Amino acid sequence: MPERTVVIASSTGLHARPAKIFVQAAAKQGMPVRIRVGEGKPVPANSMLAVLALGATHGTEVTLDAEGPGADEALDSLADLLARDLDAEETPHG
Amino acid sequence: MAETLKGLGVSPGRAAGRICRMAAPPELPASAPVADADAELGRALDALRATAAELAERAEKAPDADARAILEAQSFIADDPGLHESVEAGVRSGKDAVHAIDEACAHHRRALLAAGGYIAERAADLDDVRNRAVAAVLGLPVPGVPSPGHPFVLVAEDLSPADTVNLDPDSVLALVTSRGGPTSHTAILARARGLPAVVACREVSEVGEGTWVSVDGLRGEVEVGIGEEAAAEIQRLAEAERRRTSTSRGPGRTSDDHPVKLLLNIGSAADLAPQGVDAEGVGLFRTEFLFLDRREEPGYEEQVAAYAAVFRAAPGGHVVVRTLDAGTDKPLPFLGLAEETNPALGVRGLRVSRVRPEVLDTQLDAIAEAARQSGAEPWVMAPMVTTVGEAADFAGRARARGIARVGAMVEVPAAALRAERLLKELDFLSIGTNDLSQYTFASDRQHGDLADLLDPWQAALLQLIADCAAAGQAVGKPVGVCGEAAADPLLATVLVGLGVTSLSMSAPSVPAVRESLAAHSLAQCRDNARLALGADDPGQARKMILPGW
Repeated sequence: MPERTVVIASSTGLHARPAKIFVQAAAKQGMPVRIRVGEGKPVPANSMLAVLALGATHGTEVTLDAEGPGADEALDSLADLLARDLDAEETPHG
Repeated sequence: MAETLKGLGVSPGRAAGRICRMAAPPELPASAPVADADAELGRALDALRATAAELAERAEKAPDADARAILEAQSFIADDPGLHESVEAGVRSGKDAVHAIDEACAHHRRALLAAGGYIAERAADLDDVRNRAVAAVLGLPVPGVPSPGHPFVLVAEDLSPADTVNLDPDSVLALVTSRGGPTSHTAILARARGLPAVVACREVSEVGEGTWVSVDGLRGEVEVGIGEEAAAEIQRLAEAERRRTSTSRGPGRTSDDHPVKLLLNIGSAADLAPQGVDAEGVGLFRTEFLFLDRREEPGYEEQVAAYAAVFRAAPGGHVVVRTLDAGTDKPLPFLGLAEETNPALGVRGLRVSRVRPEVLDTQLDAIAEAARQSGAEPWVMAPMVTTVGEAADFAGRARARGIARVGAMVEVPAAALRAERLLKELDFLSIGTNDLSQYTFASDRQHGDLADLLDPWQAALLQLIADCAAAGQAVGKPVGVCGEAAADPLLATVLVGLGVTSLSMSAPSVPAVRESLAAHSLAQCRDNARLALGADDPGQARKMILPGW
């Protein structure tokens, strides 16, 4: 199964705004994407509660996985998102 | 016929408007048998979706980016597929919609709490979602801060951080709570926002929705049943007063030019950025913000950068840094402290250094390096210092790193009683009145029924402050107050009269305190201090000092 491992770049970690942006993007991928910390249990990336409960902070290494056509592209775009400091980026309203 | 209700004034200023009550969280009815599971699931999911939509709509209208982020996250929680799955499982196992929602939320709540740190605080967001969805199923009013579409005086039992994150400053005129005390979240929030507030006003719970009231946050009074015209006049005067004081400038002075430094309480450099408040420096830089949201300790380099940013941004370059104030009362996962049955009396503040000395050493290294990089000369103090030995040890470690001005927070009565000896080891003291009240009066800071004991006008508290100030004056060393007491314009005169040399508070409180000092001579401040020390209870103290009380 295709995987991507990436270090959380957002200064506040994966909660609040960064978590929202990530969960929103994951939900739009049209396939189930999972996320885990280290060798922990993978959880659905489109679940805000599950993503928050990972407790991933700035510098935490997370692994994404997905299967099916387009999985690599989906994982690339989500990994790219996590590798950026989403707190520092301007927010378009809403 | 107007009637005056008494409470505890915790944030000065006047305001008037109609009251709007925060609906209480819904109570769970007894479990009901479910005849049609599909229909029941539909009801539950409809309630969650409606809650998500409403939260998303509120996010759109949120007053600032932080509030918007929290509301959006909450909206996502209500829409969470994992939560919906848990609800479905509950309904399929025979639960009704309300209990399925309640139990699904409880399940996910445990997962958030297990993540610890900052994430655990999101449990409050989930609670809010649960309350809203349960209310929606039951057809009850939406819990939380109301949005009636006109400015209002918010009335509640008490306010939690989750309630207040999205308080719209343009529509909330004042806060009145039936419970809560001077160090409750409501009081702290009100002062930070510059909103007049009265807490522990029991009778307000009987006032009808939409009644016109005026609020006097200095006297702690709520006048009920005033007319709309009277309310408009009070609002007009209050607005004029705010405009006048917000333009006040200059260092703190009594009317006869006795200087009293007016300083700011901040959590990070961001707190210094936007406001045009004129202050003489930072009297309390809480360094916790760097540590709270962490599984691992923030590194040396990161700490240096954060401290240097504050040193560079501080007015006049004057900053009093408080080293990490955490412990079993504010747990940080990376400290790895054991749970305690009574965290307020446990390993917190400087005491953490007994088990994890390297955390304090790294922080002191970083403060010293940030000082070198920014050219600042920060004053550095430790929280929860209790004995002279602890003070000497802390001072030794700080001075070894080139930190010139070393002090201690006085929060423990033992430290206040030995202020004179502490000042043989230290260069200054800063009195944290919230904790000093809690420990002197053996009353939990958040205890709604003990608000009167935590009143900063209590003479025993003032006596301890007086002893510290006298010890400072005897050797010419500064003794400041950085607790919430410093933000009370009238009490500020008492503190100055006791010999306190600086007052540190949140930015919106500075102008009113400056004005109050400028209206009193040092002799009047000393008179006020004598009267307050001589009073048998806070009400009597205020009565003697505030004309017409």
